[in-house]
Amino acid sequence: MIFILSIDCSDTQMKIQRSFNKVAPSTSPFLKRGHRRIRWRGAGFLFLTLMLWTFPLFAQGTWSGSIGIESRGFPHAPLDADQSRADASVVFAPEYDVFFDDGNQGILFEGFVRLDGVDGRRTHWDIRELFWERVADLWEIRAGVRRVFWGVTESQHLVDVVNQTDLVERPDGEAKLGQPMVNVTLVNGWGGLDLFVLPYFRERTFPGQDGRLRPPLFVTDDARYVDGDVKRHVSFAARWSHTLGMFDVGLSHFWGTVRDPELTLWVESDDTPVLKPFYERVHQTGLELQTITGGWLWKLEGIHRSGQGDRFTALTGGFEYTVGNIKNSGVDVGLLAEYLWDERDALSPFEDDFFVGTRVALNDVQNTSVLAGAFVDRTSGSSAFLFEASRRVGDRWTVGLEGRGFWNAGVSDPLYAFRKDSHGEIKITHHF
Amino acid sequence: MSQKSIYESRTIPQILSPLLLLLLALVPATLFAEGLGGFSLDRAKTPEEKGLAIALEADLRDSGFGDTVAELQMVLRNLHGEESKRRMRSSTLEMETDGDRSMVVFEEPRDVKGTAFLSFTHRSGPDDQWLYLPALKRVKRIASNNKSGPFMGSEFAYEDIASQEVEKYTYKFIGEEEVDGEAAYVVERYPLDKKSGYTRQVTWFDQTHFRPLKIVFYDRKDALLKTLTYHAYQQYKDRFWRAEQMKMMNHQTGKSTVLVWEGYQFATGLSERDFDKNSLKRAR
Repeated sequence: MIFILSIDCSDTQMKIQRSFNKVAPSTSPFLKRGHRRIRWRGAGFLFLTLMLWTFPLFAQGTWSGSIGIESRGFPHAPLDADQSRADASVVFAPEYDVFFDDGNQGILFEGFVRLDGVDGRRTHWDIRELFWERVADLWEIRAGVRRVFWGVTESQHLVDVVNQTDLVERPDGEAKLGQPMVNVTLVNGWGGLDLFVLPYFRERTFPGQDGRLRPPLFVTDDARYVDGDVKRHVSFAARWSHTLGMFDVGLSHFWGTVRDPELTLWVESDDTPVLKPFYERVHQTGLELQTITGGWLWKLEGIHRSGQGDRFTALTGGFEYTVGNIKNSGVDVGLLAEYLWDERDALSPFEDDFFVGTRVALNDVQNTSVLAGAFVDRTSGSSAFLFEASRRVGDRWTVGLEGRGFWNAGVSDPLYAFRKDSHGEIKITHHF
Repeated sequence: MSQKSIYESRTIPQILSPLLLLLLALVPATLFAEGLGGFSLDRAKTPEEKGLAIALEADLRDSGFGDTVAELQMVLRNLHGEESKRRMRSSTLEMETDGDRSMVVFEEPRDVKGTAFLSFTHRSGPDDQWLYLPALKRVKRIASNNKSGPFMGSEFAYEDIASQEVEKYTYKFIGEEEVDGEAAYVVERYPLDKKSGYTRQVTWFDQTHFRPLKIVFYDRKDALLKTLTYHAYQQYKDRFWRAEQMKMMNHQTGKSTVLVWEGYQFATGLSERDFDKNSLKRAR
């Protein structure tokens, strides 16, 4: 719910400097951008065929979803003349689910399409979810494309590593791409154990040439891997979670292609400098800890990663304190404070930062809620602000207002790339 | 949250249960059967004892239901008569030695479809609550200390729809009165939780089945706040009574909310597995 600026996008400045001497391309990469699209089209075709075959079953399911229009405005002139001052999009997100075998089995689908008037890369579609599930007393199995969330903190999600970030959707990294997987969950007295095989790798999306909230250099589609095309490289993950006394504990390990790439400087054959995402194979161990005392919710997340440069540790920890039903008005006010620390230091925008925020829920008929917060870098004073509000209108519509601001970012700060990209956004959505 | 909600709560106080089990093992079954059939207020002397005895009897009458599922419609009406509707599915699991577990899955309004609320009621101490946010696929632990706040913008507070455990109140017998021609006991109950939005609740139980017929709520300043009335009771499994309609009127704001329950099913074979964090993610 709360928001980060993606580490990878915002720390470009630093990485350019760091990787200048490191990468010396001798030949220009020749890439076929269509590959992925063809493969996904194939998946879509297969899906439709299956739908037709099994029509009697699918006739019992239910459709729902949303369609909306969204527009962003950027008050500051862009750094690059190609970039826009405003954009507008149509977003369509259909959902379908059907259950059978007494509810023990089901097939679930969530699609996503955005048509953007400005940025060709923001115009994209995705199968967020399309999977089969079977649930038994002691185990659950799910196969297909899914989204999975791990974590407890609000300001950033260090531990959450299963899905790739759909960065072109949101600069805060909260939107995720569907991930093909087989997931077995074992449920027992000793807690829950989730085992994942992730057979296909999804690359992070980045804004295109015309889009805002991007590094000053174009991020090429042609990513680099440690050992050739590893999109078919399998990643593995496991997570154990349990409640021990008053603590909710989560321990996880991920072994596979890293989700947040390093952006390295690359020179194309026509001498254009670009940024090339570099995906390495990493081991990442994650810890989640949470406890509740009265209105206080204490949270801690930490990761230790090896395989991407030096080994490093990163932590996020803090609390959420909620005052409920203030003066019998029904209004809840939550206060959030978290500290973000990252051993990578200058390579992360949140190497020594505080996040403070407030969440206000009116608990009215229209479900009005507001979230506002700020990240402040303890050493440089560089700041990022966020504001998100939403309200239901009638029974089937919602209106959302969002804003993000970047203040006081010095040249050496990772947020420097976004210094002109403060913006406001309006979303009008119909739910069906 | 539970269908069981508002009215009944459950049997044996936690601390006494081992002792009572021992006693039950020793006492002939015929003697015990009297407990169900022949309720008498005579044994209780003080108004407090009488109040508690009535609450325990009401609780006993509803114990043993196992689990229930039902569909719930909520109609919110403001001062100008404008209506807003919510639809949800609700399931409840009766626990042997603790408060009930319940799950509510929202269906309408559509923007919150798939949002699910899981609650573990405890006989003593704060309840445990989790919320599942389908857009983020995230299960969030939530603080349960805002129990006096409105549920889904309605006139029902979280504490009104939570499972009503006997241990969460102290009681006082007020007298006997008729409600719509039905003889009823009037019992005042006082929430033990300081976070409750009420100083007291005046409850009318019918004398035949010990079903709540009406509850009047007084706010923290002891001013009249709300009146809840129960309508169209139906009996299930030849034993458990559930009201098809519950009307909550807020006297201070003029707003009201009607709950309409449909499709009650008992003993559907739900287990603790249907009320864990995994099941929360599965609820759609």
